[in-house]
Amino acid sequence: MNSSFLMSQAHALFSADGLAGLIFLIMVAVMLIGGLMACTSERLVRCVAGLVVCFVGVAGIYFYLNSPFVATMQMLIYVGAVSVTISFAIMLAAPEQSKKIGPSGPLSGPLGFLTAGLIFGGLAVLGCRTVWPVKPKINSGTMEDIGAQLLQNYSMVFELVSVVLLIAILGAIILARGGRNT
Amino acid sequence: MSLTLLNVIVAVIIAIAFAALNAAYLVWAERRGAARIQRRPGPNINGPFGLFQPPLDGVKLMAKQLLIPGGVDKVLFMAAPVLAMAPAITSFVTLPFSDLIVGHNMHIGILLIFAFASIGGMSLLFAGWSSRNKYSMMSSVRAVSQAIAYEIPMLITVITVVMIAGTTDLMGIVKGQMGGFWHWNIFPFKAGLFNPLMLMSFLIFFTCSLAETNRAPFDLGEAESELVAGFHTEYGSMGFGLFFMAEYANIVIGASLTTILFLGGWDCPFGFFPGVWWFLLKIYLLIASFIWIRWTFPRTTIYGLLNLSWKILIPLSLFNLLLTAGLLKVF
Repeated sequence: MNSSFLMSQAHALFSADGLAGLIFLIMVAVMLIGGLMACTSERLVRCVAGLVVCFVGVAGIYFYLNSPFVATMQMLIYVGAVSVTISFAIMLAAPEQSKKIGPSGPLSGPLGFLTAGLIFGGLAVLGCRTVWPVKPKINSGTMEDIGAQLLQNYSMVFELVSVVLLIAILGAIILARGGRNT
Repeated sequence: MSLTLLNVIVAVIIAIAFAALNAAYLVWAERRGAARIQRRPGPNINGPFGLFQPPLDGVKLMAKQLLIPGGVDKVLFMAAPVLAMAPAITSFVTLPFSDLIVGHNMHIGILLIFAFASIGGMSLLFAGWSSRNKYSMMSSVRAVSQAIAYEIPMLITVITVVMIAGTTDLMGIVKGQMGGFWHWNIFPFKAGLFNPLMLMSFLIFFTCSLAETNRAPFDLGEAESELVAGFHTEYGSMGFGLFFMAEYANIVIGASLTTILFLGGWDCPFGFFPGVWWFLLKIYLLIASFIWIRWTFPRTTIYGLLNLSWKILIPLSLFNLLLTAGLLKVF
């Protein structure tokens, strides 16, 4: 986006496209604020709150990109299940307010900034150099289409995801067994 | 564009008004019902039958000072009641009250309602944690583990109904049940689909909506005898008022969803004059039974509550899901 494009956007703010752009920017802002809250808060529960805000922003982006089904699934799974599980873990492990985030690791400070800068620069260069072709719509993004695609064309991916979940469950069992004094 | 935007804004305003009015007068109905069941007068001083009590209570709640106890996490403490109320209002926008009265009908309406309901669980967690009070904390952990446990059989039952209807559109689900009570999903005497277990599914869904809204006999989250007042112990004035309103708005949503999924929505039992009055009649009958159950049954224990969900409701709802899938495949 160059500056003249932004100027024309500002003039056409009250057109349909302008409002859509504004909503997009609001969603991006929500995501960034949530991400910053998640990274910089001193209390772990506030970090989870930031994560929830970030997930809501991502769901908004999905909704903006015309796939409301994926957006609702994002809310149901990430806000309803993942975040609640994370906050349960935090409450069970560190219910006292005094327990704040521990000493920082070796990657914090200048090295962390360097890594972040390198990743950001690389992604920015890649994003500017890539030609972004507008592909034709493959389906309408409804539940039936996504279900049919998942169980036909992409059934391999679908099955691999369940293997990932299986590994996670096995890991949880191993961790839980290891803690017992038998 | 502008017209649809205006529609949505008007729908949100009507949804807020409907939620607030229902919250106010369901509190009155609950107190009158409780009083009748327990053989005492209830609120009967202000106005005829005590009907002016809810607005006076509202004025009292709003006029009180918003007290924030020292040591609480202020941001989350203030955000939690708002987070409890906002999803309840948003859900009203997609609920169809009749074939004409709906804020914004979406083809994934039922998923949207459950997606927003998941924010409600987060609000309980934040309220309990940010209060810095051990009773609030225990209460919110209980409330959320209960919500997770009962969301599973509820969603499985919803999947069963969605499979029968072939759509996640709330209006489409109702339209599939039109034409007399023998077509409703609770007694599906439809051509090619005779599933005697749908009555059980209805009971599972009803039980789960009782548990999801933290109502007695499943109100372990606000068990007064053990946990003072649960997650809203530290809240006064309108913070408490918002939690209260959210609870009653959630009851209305639960009753509406039960009506839409199992009782034919705005369909008349005998096939004439379908309309919004049938819908309202059905949801208020369900809400009356919610109140009746609350003041008749004693509170369960947390173990009994979780066992009921994991050992009875989930296997039964899974069995019915398989049976329905088989019936749909065979016929």
